[in-house]
Amino acid sequence: MNGAALTSPTPGIWRVFLRSPTAVAALIVFSGFCAIAVLAPWITWQNPYDLAQVDIMDSLLPPGSESWTGAPYYLGTDGQGRDMLSAMIYGIRISLLVGVVSGLIALLIGTIVGLVAAYRGGWVDTVLMRIVDLQLSFPTILVALILVVILGRGVDKIIIALVVVQWAYFARTVRGVALVESAREYVDAARGLKIGHLRILFLHILPNCLPTMLVVATMQMAAAISLEATLSFLGLGLPPTRPSLGLLIANGFDYLQSGRYWISVLPGLVLLSIIVSANVLGDRLRDTLNPHLS
Amino acid sequence: MTASPVSAPPVLDIENLNTSFMLPGGELKVLRDLSFSVARGEILGLVGESGSGKSITGFSINGLLSPPGRVVSGSIRLNGAEITGLPPAEMRKLRGAKVAMVFQDPMMTLNPVLKIRVQMSDALRAHARLGRGEVRAKSLAALEEVGIPSPEERLDAYPHQLSGGMRQRVAIAIAMLHEPDLIIMDEPTTALDVTIQGQILALVQRLCRDRGTALIWITHDLAVVAGIADRLIVMYAGRIVEEGPIDAVLDTPAHPYTRGLIDSVPTRGMRGKRLTQIPGRMPALTDLPEGCAFQPRCPRATDACKTPPAIQALSPDRKVRCINPLSEASTVRASA
Amino acid sequence: MTDFIVRRLLQALLVLAVMTVLVFFGVNVIGNPVYIFASSECDQPCLDAIIRDLGLDLPIWEQYLVFIGNLLEGDLGNSFTYGVPAMSLIIERLPATLELAFCALVIALFVGLPLGVVAGLRPNALSSKVIMGFSMLAFSVPVFWIGLIMIIVFSVTLGWMPAVGRGDTVNLLGVHLSLFTIDGLHHLVMPAITLSLIMMAMVIRLTRAGMREVLFADYIKFARANGIGESRILSLHVMRNILIPIVTVLGMEFGGVIAFAVVVESIFSWPGVGKMLIDAIAVLDRPLIVAYLLFVVIMFVMLNLIIDILYSLLDPRVRLGGNTA
Repeated sequence: MNGAALTSPTPGIWRVFLRSPTAVAALIVFSGFCAIAVLAPWITWQNPYDLAQVDIMDSLLPPGSESWTGAPYYLGTDGQGRDMLSAMIYGIRISLLVGVVSGLIALLIGTIVGLVAAYRGGWVDTVLMRIVDLQLSFPTILVALILVVILGRGVDKIIIALVVVQWAYFARTVRGVALVESAREYVDAARGLKIGHLRILFLHILPNCLPTMLVVATMQMAAAISLEATLSFLGLGLPPTRPSLGLLIANGFDYLQSGRYWISVLPGLVLLSIIVSANVLGDRLRDTLNPHLS
Repeated sequence: MTASPVSAPPVLDIENLNTSFMLPGGELKVLRDLSFSVARGEILGLVGESGSGKSITGFSINGLLSPPGRVVSGSIRLNGAEITGLPPAEMRKLRGAKVAMVFQDPMMTLNPVLKIRVQMSDALRAHARLGRGEVRAKSLAALEEVGIPSPEERLDAYPHQLSGGMRQRVAIAIAMLHEPDLIIMDEPTTALDVTIQGQILALVQRLCRDRGTALIWITHDLAVVAGIADRLIVMYAGRIVEEGPIDAVLDTPAHPYTRGLIDSVPTRGMRGKRLTQIPGRMPALTDLPEGCAFQPRCPRATDACKTPPAIQALSPDRKVRCINPLSEASTVRASA
Repeated sequence: MTDFIVRRLLQALLVLAVMTVLVFFGVNVIGNPVYIFASSECDQPCLDAIIRDLGLDLPIWEQYLVFIGNLLEGDLGNSFTYGVPAMSLIIERLPATLELAFCALVIALFVGLPLGVVAGLRPNALSSKVIMGFSMLAFSVPVFWIGLIMIIVFSVTLGWMPAVGRGDTVNLLGVHLSLFTIDGLHHLVMPAITLSLIMMAMVIRLTRAGMREVLFADYIKFARANGIGESRILSLHVMRNILIPIVTVLGMEFGGVIAFAVVVESIFSWPGVGKMLIDAIAVLDRPLIVAYLLFVVIMFVMLNLIIDILYSLLDPRVRLGGNTA
């Protein structure tokens, strides 16, 4: 943590950020999950997607059991005999992947739309913001449901759905900040100097939107992960061959009544920690970067 | 008019009032050793820049300081009875009935989502058990008194349907409902057009004279208070720096700050001449200079000003807090 | 007032038109309409028949008009699994969903509002921090997981609550309701609480934020300066101002609640439209899916309309539009 504070270009903000113990804990938890997601293939002894490595005879073993080869099932196995720990680690990987990728694409689209709307103004702004308003007036879960029903299942499809759900938030936020920025004197001056539009947008206005975008992106990622898990839980998200955390929870749901709680509860706790830590991070970022953001 | 029977106590009598904000970083003193009184029927102007503590004075009196703020010591007597330390329920009974208050921005003083009728009846019923008919009759009479045309219709209006001047009239009508002994008006005309300002001034003056209501008129604008007040108190950085009859203070100010305030008011006679202004700005309460708070901006400051000046009487009805007051004002020369 | 309603109604109609275009083209351009309307066992002759039936040989704008014509008559096709009009299935299942959503709304309001008031009155007290922490959790924890934990704790472990179904219902004017039987209430409690949590979190936040803002407003100081009692100030002068944004948001979120009911109904096997949707997706009953989507969109637009009108009743400044000084 200290290293980060020292190398950061804005140590002031870092220091303020780190003043909250809750936020530091959230940061540690969240970075931990990111590391697990990246390192998944190297830290699991079983690839849960590879049916050759999964033994159906070992299904529904409680935590602490062993396979007949002596490999440990620290957190038990699920209905297909998958090692829960390995499955969860891969689940984290998928969930974070979907959340981050969809968030980045939505960020890109939303930023472009927001910048163009703010910078061009006039009817372009009106039309773009009407679309944004219309979309935001519908609950995200409803839009996502409609989309996955039309598109079907699959990693790419769920990412598309999540992008559609999120882009409008970014567009509105970026437009708001960019409007304030483009009213500043330096933008007028740049215009007067006949500096190209793109240059003004990306070199002058965009950097000033970054703090706000970071806050929104963190919150949106948490929402996206939660939404993906919900859709997968309903059997509408990711395919069963690549179980995300939501799907793992759904699989375990069938065994709940028989007391085999671990299949559902453990991935649930992981999901919970990811979402809550991301939300705490976002909250704290907002407080440190921009206290005026509601 | 300003004279009251010798036997009767003043409506308001404040002695050594200290009010502070209890902040996490420590105590911030916003009012220091405030002492003054207001007689029945008297109009007192309380003048100072923002941050001088004039609004805090009003809230200290009616017990509505918001939480970090607290009356630390001193005494506030209303009609001779001590009201500091009264339990909240007792203070509530005084507010509106004995002490009323009107605020600066008429857009903000009336609740935007309640009809005038509801706001008036709530204020009436806060201190009296009244039937519907009585409430209506009293409300109508009060609106009529402050010069609201067709009051029946206005009763069912929402604040935003009235103009700024009308709203301030309604606020004054509500404040006057229980014929309080004291009304505190915190910049009641600052947000209004000049013509409306004049009307409100005349209205308030008439109402107070008719009923013998004492009035504290808080403002930063000497010109406004010159036309209405009997007596003037000038505040700076939480202290009274000068006090006296309005004409005497305006004609021959004793404190250099008062002089500066008067000189910075544009008047007709000064057309074309340069307006003088007080250099610098009022220091933050967190880092007041040693001694006299005005000393860094004062043209007459000497080394002696590094020790805090005490308030001194220039004559029976004039006081100044300066060790080097302007000479024309005083018969007694300061000798600190 | 009527002016306002008419204007708002036209707006709603416009949004509806846009939404039908979106759903229609979503179904017909992005997805394959034959695929969407055909059952999974359909062979080639059957597919051709469907293409003719659906009028897919017509130009697309004509198809759209036919689609709208049928929609206006309330005809959204027959369900494959049940063989009855999809619309009638939705209407039959709707009371269960509405009952659930309504109870969730009531719980959110009646628990969230007092909690928000407490948190707003003393923002630095421990109680306030606990309440805000709860709101933060309720906001970020996925709904389905909360439902799951409730089942584990209250049904599996403690055995207090039934985990599935609706329990006994009472027939009230042809509508079956669980609210009025002990057994029904027993079944209703867990799903309703689960569904209410997000809204409750929102009510708490809005109330607290509103309290922080309104409590320091000049008109509240003025009301206090007039000697009006604290309880009256809180219950009328403050509350009326706070309720405006809360009612708006709750109304707008009610559509979201109906959508989220899909999740809750699946967990608790609550026989509403949401459970029906998931079942329909599982067996690829496509007319029913399309009918549900359109139905929710229509209901959502209407809800927004009602909320706007309610809002204008609560806040005189909106109703009188241009008159504001």
